[in-house]
Amino acid sequence: MPFYEHTLIARPDLSAQQAQTLSESIAQIIADNGGSVSKVEYWGLRNLTYRIKKNRKGHYLHFNLDAAAACIEELERQERIHEDVLRYLTVRVEELDPNPSQIMVAKSSREERGRRDDGYRRDRDDRGPREDRPRGDRDEPRRERREEEVA
Amino acid sequence: MMDNDAGERRRPAEPPAITIRRPFFRRKKASPFAHADAPAINYKDIKLLQRFISERGKIVPRRITAVTAKEQRALAQAIKRARELALLPYVAG
Repeated sequence: MPFYEHTLIARPDLSAQQAQTLSESIAQIIADNGGSVSKVEYWGLRNLTYRIKKNRKGHYLHFNLDAAAACIEELERQERIHEDVLRYLTVRVEELDPNPSQIMVAKSSREERGRRDDGYRRDRDDRGPREDRPRGDRDEPRRERREEEVA
Repeated sequence: MMDNDAGERRRPAEPPAITIRRPFFRRKKASPFAHADAPAINYKDIKLLQRFISERGKIVPRRITAVTAKEQRALAQAIKRARELALLPYVAG
């Protein structure tokens, strides 16, 4: 059977626990249709670069699948119906990569950095919010950066 | 910045002595994917793909990035997939 990589974006108001349940139900659909899941990744609640159905964030789930075309068709049909799924993408690949994807690698290195910041600076950071600094997901960081370069 | 300004000011005073035969000659740049340990082009590798989109989010032409035609096709495909997953913007800024 051909190999596929399947990624879906779920609604941000789900809890991490519910996202987990969703990934299990996806795996169940695959199993019911004679396919198999060899890797599941939870990329976490990520910022979307543009809004999808009015949402600015979404839970990303990523699967490595070994399944027949009919199975993928059924999976995508159910995801179109499913209210928690904002978007999905299935890509056929020649080989499945068993290693964690670049997103997971980037995420874990960022988390490590974050932890160090917490220990080192958290309690002495007395600077309040300022208009010319990017503030999380409220502003677009790209635009902020460009203004800094101009200045 | 400083060096540039100085150069601008100096130029009218003393024009270059040697006449350059091919003023628009540019060394052929090697593709960034040319070495053996270059990363594979993949729609999940946002950090890599970001180097090949403009500030506005457009795909940069390969005459600027010096990637091969084959790599440019793969990049375009990967960037479009990443856009679909809202990992990269269609329009930024």
